[in-house]
Amino acid sequence: MIRQAFTDLFARLGSTTRRGIRPPTLRESSLRSRIMPTPMPDQLLLPLQDYADPLAREHDRIAPCVDVGDWVAKYQLLAKGKEPGSLRLHAPTSGTVQAIEQIPAAAIGQRPQLAIRLLTDTDERELPLEPPSDYRALAPEQLVQLIEEAGICGLGGAGYPTARKIRDAVEKNVKTLIINGVECEPYISCDEALLRERASLTVKGAELLQAACLADDCVIVIDNAMPAARKALTLALQGSSISLRVVHRRYPAGDERQLVKAICRREVPGEGHPPDVGVLVQNIGTAVAVYEAIVHAKPCISRIVTLTGSALLTPKNFDVPIGTPVQHLLKLCGVDDKEHEFTIRGGSLMGQYLLEQSAPIEKTTNCIIASNSLEIPEWETEQACIRCGYCAQACPAQLQPQQLLASIRSEERQQTLALGLDDCIECGACAVVCPSRIPLVSYYRAAKEIHREEFTSHEQSRHWQARFQYHQYRLKKNQDRAQPRKAVEQTVKEAQGFSRDQARMEISAAVERVRRRRQALAGGKDPGQEKSQ
Amino acid sequence: MIPLAENFFFQLLAGSLLLGSLLLAIAWSVVATRKRLQEQRFLVDRINSILPQTQCGRCGHPGCRPYARAIATGEAINRCPPGGDSTIRLLALLLNEARVPLDPAHGEIEPARVAVIREAECIGCTKCIVACPVDAIIGAAKRMHTVIASECTGCDLCIEPCPVDCIDLVERDAAPRYWSLSGLASPAATANREALDGEPCHD
Repeated sequence: MIRQAFTDLFARLGSTTRRGIRPPTLRESSLRSRIMPTPMPDQLLLPLQDYADPLAREHDRIAPCVDVGDWVAKYQLLAKGKEPGSLRLHAPTSGTVQAIEQIPAAAIGQRPQLAIRLLTDTDERELPLEPPSDYRALAPEQLVQLIEEAGICGLGGAGYPTARKIRDAVEKNVKTLIINGVECEPYISCDEALLRERASLTVKGAELLQAACLADDCVIVIDNAMPAARKALTLALQGSSISLRVVHRRYPAGDERQLVKAICRREVPGEGHPPDVGVLVQNIGTAVAVYEAIVHAKPCISRIVTLTGSALLTPKNFDVPIGTPVQHLLKLCGVDDKEHEFTIRGGSLMGQYLLEQSAPIEKTTNCIIASNSLEIPEWETEQACIRCGYCAQACPAQLQPQQLLASIRSEERQQTLALGLDDCIECGACAVVCPSRIPLVSYYRAAKEIHREEFTSHEQSRHWQARFQYHQYRLKKNQDRAQPRKAVEQTVKEAQGFSRDQARMEISAAVERVRRRRQALAGGKDPGQEKSQ
Repeated sequence: MIPLAENFFFQLLAGSLLLGSLLLAIAWSVVATRKRLQEQRFLVDRINSILPQTQCGRCGHPGCRPYARAIATGEAINRCPPGGDSTIRLLALLLNEARVPLDPAHGEIEPARVAVIREAECIGCTKCIVACPVDAIIGAAKRMHTVIASECTGCDLCIEPCPVDCIDLVERDAAPRYWSLSGLASPAATANREALDGEPCHD
């Protein structure tokens, strides 16, 4: 016991807890009101994105199972992937499928994607839901099946299909389930709002998740900057076997690896995932969605989104149907046009600048910030690195950002990889603390993309090599097969009294005959008639 | 006393020594040659894995592996236009040579391309099918042919044999790049100006 206390103490004093940065909390404004329902927009844009592999080829993605012009009911299945466990998409309301089209990239670093455009109607006719009579009696695999049918993916931001994640966890025999309520980005408050208002649902969802993944114990983790949520959660957790842990607010404490390290004192390997060390991490929003999916058999058709930023008159949290255009939400909050310079999707540190105001809310969108450069400074022109080392102190993955930058600039691929570029979680802490204003994360993203490209071209060339080798093998095989056949033909001909020389003589004699006849004919007749003969 | 050279035992000893050393030398040379050949084959394999495998023959060799073999025996590393700078960089790293620009005599660096048959004009002569080094063209005699785009290396070997010139090489639409090392000054500013003004910014 004393030993445990010492380990805890050392782990708390250890380097990882002090790494990262401590941005100010800016959640108050959006937490002033309750979670508001969203009036249904005229049309919804539902991207057909499988977050498990965003770079998947066209035919590997989730495919629509409705046609253009179809009328669909609320909760109707719109699209699903071919593989078991892949994501499904359901209609958030009733309406007509207007188009299935390519929509432009919503933000820098995103690909253009296919989306279903749904014209909504006002009647909201819905499919009857068939909730299980007693959800407590369901077997774990049935729970996972229900989660899969509801199309739930990680609502924290990564969007990996939850059913697939749970199956993977069961396979790896996880011991601990962590429900992640740590919100480390300064602006995002959707998890806190959810905990404040639906704490009991979260706890029930967590219990169901624990039953589904067969974990021994379950921990809900929140940070110390959400007192109201803590109070509600403490109340909801009475009589439950789930424990509550509070961690210090620090960016990026909400990252999976950081959380596993802080709670279980286990380091997730670079290429691995938390299930590899016996831990499964799920988001608060996912837990609530799982509760809805299992108890009410309701598919995942909406999520909580924070709308905030200094350009909004009334920042709020909304319960938003998936596919709602961002501009519709901005209008609901009231935008001060003078203040509004740009819109960010996601948090102010890890988010992306939106290129299109009509971009939809996806299952992974947790926050929209409408702001200006006074509030969130844009990147200035970078200065030279002065080797202050602040970035190395801030990096939660314990990398050496300045050395990484140097090796990326000098195109030393091997060294870049050796310095652990793949372990970078792109949290951006290094860029925030950099006094020279070097956009370090952008360099890392660019380098990662170049590496990925080189890898794919190498894979491609190996494929071509295999095809070329097969081509040569095929030619040789055909030749080998043709040779004995020719030899057989030859012997058959010889047996029939055929000889090549004789044949040649016969042919030349025939040619000679024809020539002579032509000459004879050419004397009497004109060439035109000669040709017709 | 018998001179040493006429001593029978000495002769036996000398003879066996001579024979033994000869045998040893032969064995050593066989082993060394095999080892060298093996090493060379290994080197050729590594060079070959760096080459882009388009099998286009623009280097003057009938395929990527023959060129790899030539490089292993000392040919210049800058004769592969489809591979471009990145191939030269990797080859230079592997062979510990200097990075040199691409030899313009063998072609210029071009974006990745793919062959497309204008299907209305195809007469079904099968000449391109025979020419294709990776079997990326499908079709039968007197039937229309077409290119399997994902398998085509863009080597342009099918262009020349086509009697009706119905094959085009078009640029392969590569996966777009969203992050690049150039223009990092302020992508946020660029994105926002584009979003708000509706026109790209060129500074």
